[in-house]
Amino acid sequence: MITFMNNSDSEDEPCNERTSLMSAESPPVPSYQDGLQASETREAQTHRKRQTGSSRNPNNVADEDASNSDVRVRESALENEEEELTLKYGAKHVIMLFVPVTLCMIVVVATIKSVRFYTEKNGQLIYTPFSEDTPSVGQRLLNSVLNTIIMISVIVVMTVFLVVLYKYRCYKFIHGWLILSSFMLLFLFTYIYLGEVLKTYNVAMDYPTVILIIWNFGAVGMICIHWKGPLQLQQAYLIMISALMALVFIKYLPEWSAWVILGAISIYDLIAVLCPKGPLRMLVETAQERNEPIFPALIYSSAMIWTVGMAKPDTAAKGQSQQTWNAEDGGENHSSTSHSDSQILDTRSPAPSHPITLEEMEEEERGVKLGLGDFIFYSVLVGKAAATPSGDWNTTLACFVAILIGLCLTLLLLAVFKKALPALPISITFGLIFYFSTDNLVRPFMDTLASHQLYI
Amino acid sequence: MGAAVFFGCAGIAFGPALALVLLTVAAEPLRVIILVAGAFFWLVSLLLASLIWFISVHLSDQGNARLQYGLLVFGAAVSVLLQEAFRFAYFKLLKKADEGLATISEDGRSPISLKQMAYVSGLSFGIISGVFSVINILADSIGPGIVGIHGDSPYYFITSAFLTMAVVLLHTFWGVIFFDACEKRRYWCLGLVVISHLVTSGLTFLNPWYVASLVPIYIITFCMGIWAFFTAGGSFHNILKCLSCKQEDDSRVMMYSALQVPFED
Repeated sequence: MITFMNNSDSEDEPCNERTSLMSAESPPVPSYQDGLQASETREAQTHRKRQTGSSRNPNNVADEDASNSDVRVRESALENEEEELTLKYGAKHVIMLFVPVTLCMIVVVATIKSVRFYTEKNGQLIYTPFSEDTPSVGQRLLNSVLNTIIMISVIVVMTVFLVVLYKYRCYKFIHGWLILSSFMLLFLFTYIYLGEVLKTYNVAMDYPTVILIIWNFGAVGMICIHWKGPLQLQQAYLIMISALMALVFIKYLPEWSAWVILGAISIYDLIAVLCPKGPLRMLVETAQERNEPIFPALIYSSAMIWTVGMAKPDTAAKGQSQQTWNAEDGGENHSSTSHSDSQILDTRSPAPSHPITLEEMEEEERGVKLGLGDFIFYSVLVGKAAATPSGDWNTTLACFVAILIGLCLTLLLLAVFKKALPALPISITFGLIFYFSTDNLVRPFMDTLASHQLYI
Repeated sequence: MGAAVFFGCAGIAFGPALALVLLTVAAEPLRVIILVAGAFFWLVSLLLASLIWFISVHLSDQGNARLQYGLLVFGAAVSVLLQEAFRFAYFKLLKKADEGLATISEDGRSPISLKQMAYVSGLSFGIISGVFSVINILADSIGPGIVGIHGDSPYYFITSAFLTMAVVLLHTFWGVIFFDACEKRRYWCLGLVVISHLVTSGLTFLNPWYVASLVPIYIITFCMGIWAFFTAGGSFHNILKCLSCKQEDDSRVMMYSALQVPFED
């Protein structure tokens, strides 16, 4: 959610809770000494920010042109405008997150429903060593709980390790780790995925073609994710690697363990992000103190940069902002728990390192950031719902709507509290409730109605 | 069977809904959010109704076919009533949101009117209701099979598609009428909407006698459409103006040639 700080020069402000977790979302308010210029720039800002086509622009222009003297009126107007823009930005940013989450889920559901490979049971990960092929229900439940405990412990250890590395500034190690995991995701898992899709549709493809496709896909992906690339291409790659990772989880996590793990990880997310000593919160705060972006890696960013042309746009500022969109993103490695870092929903974007003056007029539209781990676990939930043996589409759709509503509520809370929040708990809770109730209650009801062709 | 039936029936069932969403909802973020939230409310109502039905089935004698059919009718009626109750709850929520948006906004008007919200919420209820009714049927229509091999009607797919289209449109119209009735406290309108929903659902009990079920349902849809059109502020004058494609003078357009900076000689 876009949040606002009312004053300019963020670097001079003391680092309190509010300011440490958000940055100036808009260019600072120009001084009121030059009244006409101020109203002009604000007009320009208004025109550019009101892209949702409100009919208020003409009134605004008229108002601002008319009153040149009353600073207090303009200040309150600016505050209202900021608040209203907050809400307007809120709706737009919810949609900016709905779209990638939906795309990721569509990819996962389409794959699950068509490619048999990802629903076949072919062994388990070493992180879930207990098998669920036990005769009694109690034993199966116990095994799944034990699997969950092991998995969550691995995640906690990895996260703490990552936070320790970050705190002691071992950036090279972290980068190497992320590069290795994204390498594996982009090449190996994509190769397996391509192979299975070709097998499903009985399409023959020769090795040179496969090598060409995989090499190009992987190389462009590595460049886009770890270096520079068009924002949309980078977003597309992040969605694809999240989907691949989710498919791996869906395949290799046993039935009951998957559900218990989903529940446990949302509780862990809640604790890790909100508790004062939680690893993710410490990560966020450390990054805030150093005024660095919190792992542009592993975070999906929906932001855009606009440059409003006036005099000369400051290339230094542009360069700095450009750099921050280079998500040195790694993929998720199931052995790396860096995804837990990304289970934070963040309002931040990198703050400009110098105060923006009138001449520069560089507007950055701050976007919302969502961690890749959230994408992955949302897709795991919906994919598991799609993989139910009954083949029911209602369950999948119900979970999909539940997750979107959870995301919407989380973003609403983000707008209210204006600090990094865990994105998993609400969505996963809704998703789990809807999964179990739709599968057990709604499905028989709708099936019986459909068999008599009754509509409600 | 096969792809032709699948695409045809999907087009019939969701064509209008898709067109409405693409043309009116997709461009505005706030409307998309209202769409998804409306779907959520409908789902919760369905959940509760299924719970009631499930409990009643499991408490009763499962072998008695007539009793089970009666419980199904009861379940359907409860579901209809719960859907309307949740539509009312959604109205309350949207009304509060409208007030909130109005207070936050600069000129005291919210960016979306209650009538638009009524339309979008009705559409959302319609889409999710239609999808839940027909998506499994559509998924089965791709696969191999013969319809009606046990003596049932061979027109199952196409009539389901038409019924779904009617349900989608009906919910949209009901949404508009319902919100307007709640706003203006015309409780007889509310009652009429609920009764027409019950009648529509009841008519589907006449399937597979499609003449008796589809035709009246479409008549009801048409009547509701006209009623919703007039409720939303339409009139014959509007239709004529729309059809004659006259350019409306925008009163907000300023004639720039009339404004000039006074010359300083």
